[in-house]
Amino acid sequence: MVSVRADVSTALSLRDISKRFGATQALDGASLDVRRGTLHALLGENGAGKTTLMRLAFGMDTPDTGTILVDGKTCAWRTSADALRAGIGMVHQHFLLVPAMSVAENIGLGRGGVFGGFDPTRTAAVVRDLVAATGLAIDPEARVGDLPVGAQQRLEILKALSHDARVLILDEPTAVLSPQETQDLYVWLRRFVDSGRTVVLITHKVREALQLADDVTVLRRGRTVMQVAAHATGEDEVLTALLGETPTHRAPRARAPQRTSGKSVLAVSDVSVRDDRGTERLKCVSAHVYGGEILGVAGVEGAGQLELLRVMAGRRKPDTGSATRPARVAFVPEDRHRDAVIGEWTLIENFALKDAGRAVGTMMWDDYRVRAESGVRAQDVRATSAHDRMDALSGGNQQKFVLARELEGAPEALVVENPTRGLDVRATAQVLDALRDARDAGVAVVIYSSDLDELFSVSDRIVVCYDGTVHEVPFDRQAVGRAMVGLS
Amino acid sequence: MTLRAATTSGLFSWRRLLPPLLVSAVVVGVIVVVIVAGHHDIIDSFSAFGRGSFGSAYAFWSATLVRATPLTLLGLAVALAFRSGVMNIGAEGQFLAGASAATAVVLSGVGGGMVLVIALPAAVLAGALWAAVAGWLKRRFGVLEVISSLMLNFVAQYLVSYLVRGPLQEPTHVYPQTETFGPAAHLPLLISGQRLHLGYAIAVLLALVLWWMFRATAVGFRLRAVGAGAAAAESAGQVVVPRVLFTAFLLSGAIAGLAGGVEVTGVTYALYEGISPGFGYTAIAVALLARLNPLAVIGTGIFFGALEAGAAAMQRDAGVPFQFVVVVEALVVLGVIALEWTRERGDTRR
Amino acid sequence: MTDAITPFVEATVRTATPLAFAALGELVAERSGVINIGLEGTIIAGAFGGLVVAGTAGAGLGFVGAVAAGMLVAAIFAFFVVTLKADHIITGTAISMLGVGSTGTLYRLYYGTTGAALETPTLAPFPIPILRNIPWIGEAFFAQPPVMYLLYVIVPCLAWYMTRTSAGLALRAVGERPEAARAAGISPARVRWVALLFCGAMGGLSGGTLVLAQVGTFNEGISAGRGFIAIAIVVLGRWSAVGVTGAALLFGAASALQYLAQAMGWGIPYQFALALPYVLTLVALAAAGKRSAAPASLGVRG
Repeated sequence: MVSVRADVSTALSLRDISKRFGATQALDGASLDVRRGTLHALLGENGAGKTTLMRLAFGMDTPDTGTILVDGKTCAWRTSADALRAGIGMVHQHFLLVPAMSVAENIGLGRGGVFGGFDPTRTAAVVRDLVAATGLAIDPEARVGDLPVGAQQRLEILKALSHDARVLILDEPTAVLSPQETQDLYVWLRRFVDSGRTVVLITHKVREALQLADDVTVLRRGRTVMQVAAHATGEDEVLTALLGETPTHRAPRARAPQRTSGKSVLAVSDVSVRDDRGTERLKCVSAHVYGGEILGVAGVEGAGQLELLRVMAGRRKPDTGSATRPARVAFVPEDRHRDAVIGEWTLIENFALKDAGRAVGTMMWDDYRVRAESGVRAQDVRATSAHDRMDALSGGNQQKFVLARELEGAPEALVVENPTRGLDVRATAQVLDALRDARDAGVAVVIYSSDLDELFSVSDRIVVCYDGTVHEVPFDRQAVGRAMVGLS
Repeated sequence: MTLRAATTSGLFSWRRLLPPLLVSAVVVGVIVVVIVAGHHDIIDSFSAFGRGSFGSAYAFWSATLVRATPLTLLGLAVALAFRSGVMNIGAEGQFLAGASAATAVVLSGVGGGMVLVIALPAAVLAGALWAAVAGWLKRRFGVLEVISSLMLNFVAQYLVSYLVRGPLQEPTHVYPQTETFGPAAHLPLLISGQRLHLGYAIAVLLALVLWWMFRATAVGFRLRAVGAGAAAAESAGQVVVPRVLFTAFLLSGAIAGLAGGVEVTGVTYALYEGISPGFGYTAIAVALLARLNPLAVIGTGIFFGALEAGAAAMQRDAGVPFQFVVVVEALVVLGVIALEWTRERGDTRR
Repeated sequence: MTDAITPFVEATVRTATPLAFAALGELVAERSGVINIGLEGTIIAGAFGGLVVAGTAGAGLGFVGAVAAGMLVAAIFAFFVVTLKADHIITGTAISMLGVGSTGTLYRLYYGTTGAALETPTLAPFPIPILRNIPWIGEAFFAQPPVMYLLYVIVPCLAWYMTRTSAGLALRAVGERPEAARAAGISPARVRWVALLFCGAMGGLSGGTLVLAQVGTFNEGISAGRGFIAIAIVVLGRWSAVGVTGAALLFGAASALQYLAQAMGWGIPYQFALALPYVLTLVALAAAGKRSAAPASLGVRG
């Protein structure tokens, strides 16, 4: 492992950083050295500490121990305003923009101090100059909430650049972009770096990182386990460092016979859905899911897949059209803490939650305890007892518990949204196996995943959501990628 | 909203005792300040307080518990609402609506000797209807229930004023109050020679019922689920959240209305302006101090009943203004909030 | 009919002014993301504070006392809601109770229970020369105690402040998306503290106006729910300074209707007229519908 000395040619350097949040040690002596004029990829699994490390680099929090150096000089920041002044800019994964304000107002936010004025016309002119200089197109008068996702991201970058950022940090920028927008971004980043600036790219996409970056740093469990030039290493080596073990190339399991019957279990027909602002999220879509198959749903954020899944699961009524489904559809939502469980309740109570709408009379708590315990066993949930509080379990165990609860009683259909988000490798594998087991038992499974690799590894066939429409596409990455941006 | 109902861990643990101890300290502190500031005699004042609240059998049964009756009932109404995620600040108005309805029934002469059988359910219905207005405004128009409940409190006060100076006024048309109720409309007394009436037994019974409801029934479970995590209840449990919230509002209003009916048939035997010296707001303190647990409301109801009885005695015998009770109640609520904060900080540290 | 108009307009403006002061303060608080249900407490604290100071130092300085008292109450609220991140509604209710209870207690302690109407120095009307002669509305708008003219100054200043200063931008950002404000180097906690102190000052001003420029006396509960009506006014005015003032005038007019009714001999029981502002609030809130113009982070704890 080649490490890089911190000197004047190092634009940004973090050394021996430790940070603890409550009981979790998020970072444990991590380091990062970014050479000036390079594109540096920061890789790691979910929870490895990448975002935490960069938030410290951007002054959004302070490290417990360790030092931060910019151009070789030690810095101690209290707020991100300090980091901005030092030439560090950050584009967050979930944009930090004010939707109700205009582009100009968003850019002007935080400048001018306590007593300064704000001139919309002058700021708009500044924005136009920036647009011309950087090639990132955006309309200064537009209301940010109305802008498409790609434009909002351009605004985030412009914001950073408007502070004359010399080091630009981007946190998983392509998670919300279509394949085409992703390519555009990469091209722009490369040009940006070639003009002498520095970029740190936080990503979990190993292949792209190696193709794009000059240097690569890998974090695992809050520690730096690898720092190397991109051309000096390969995918397997990086994956080993990332996972801490040699990746076993899992041969995909032999697919079970397609479909148990000719009749569809879940069907939507000419369904349209509007959100509360009146925008159409689903436009007259139709789809079928059969027993004994896993239907993968792909789409960039906001293409309508969440609405589609919720209509199929019976959690959302379509405005027009019809949806047929069995009396009970098991559902595992994306935001577990908000939509699936109640943190301060016990496992037993959370298990009973699924009957909350239909229960009558008295609650059979002993019964629920037995059922919860058997669910815990079925999915290998690590918990001390069924009386544990839900939030005492780890993320992976919580998700397995939710699956156990939903799969109990042999439902005919199962709908899941990004089921492995935030889970470690082992838990992810267990969850995906559970989906396959359900499929083999004849359940109709629908899965939406923003991770195409995962989608391909688990689905039997794929439909793509694009701009409120739904189309089945051939089981092929190219075809899916094109359909996600409306080309076909 | 993270107003957690108390978990049933260790009935006599140190943490459980801390809030009541702190609150008692606050009460004593405020009383001392008020006494000193008004140049009253401390010994006189405190002894009046003690005599008025617990000093004698009469004080306890006829002053403290009688005052505790509306506070306990209203405390239950508020606790139920808060626990279900409904901000019912309108217990005051629902109380007045119930009192008005019961009064109207009694004065109409309906039912003869069985008038209470009609009057009390009428009170329950009136309270539920009064709450339903706020509940409907929220469900149909998205109006914040806090504001609508508060507005309805004021409307209820003016309604009572209109009734006791107009259609329901006593026959000589001199005083702003109704005629006194005949004996058929008096709630039976529980102890002869004391003023303690059936209403208190109803309150205790209702507390037990609500405790059992939350613990063991599907309805209670649904209410709790919506209060603890409405999104999860809807998504995982397929609960129709707006319907549950509306139900909670109705139930809460019904109990508050009952409290009003009980007060006019058990204590005042008439309706008049100012019949509620802010019971509905005190009830918030009663409910919060009990951490929304129906059984604990029995205890906090007695606590505030004693506080008011003692304060009334202090005003009567030592001249100390009664208003300080409201200050104490407000400080209790703030104290509970501060304690919740320290508890939550302690949780995240672990 | 025509000679009922001038007193009607006058009553409208008189009723509307304290409501407008309070509502403008609440507007700023809500723009920073905090629902201040404790506004009622700041108003009555201002009323009492104004009474106490005016008793020794005259009506003019009484207003300073009113503003200070309002800010004190608001500071307690801010401590719980911003620093301790407590629930806005419950804290606000407690603060309102605290305000009403403490002023009631203090009033009894220091001014006795005699029940005699207490009189306090008040601010004399200060008519503005030419403007007062505008037919029908001149007297109402321009022949009032000078503190009411503050309203005409504050409204345009606030409107300009919200869109043309960087501090105003920061305020709006904190109320819409505090994380975005934080990323821009703004401290949401600090902004909310300042917003709430301003709200307290305006609430105090409202209470002071009631006592020192209008009624001329104090009684327990003199705020009579104005703080809560002010919250409804902010909704109706769709969170803009000009809209809020307009809505306040609307409420003033509705209250003033009772005088019109008496002048015209409509036989309505006076309680109905008194209840009208509260009923109107409900109707107005229902009409305003889903609060889509509300700051996105309004009422969110922390």
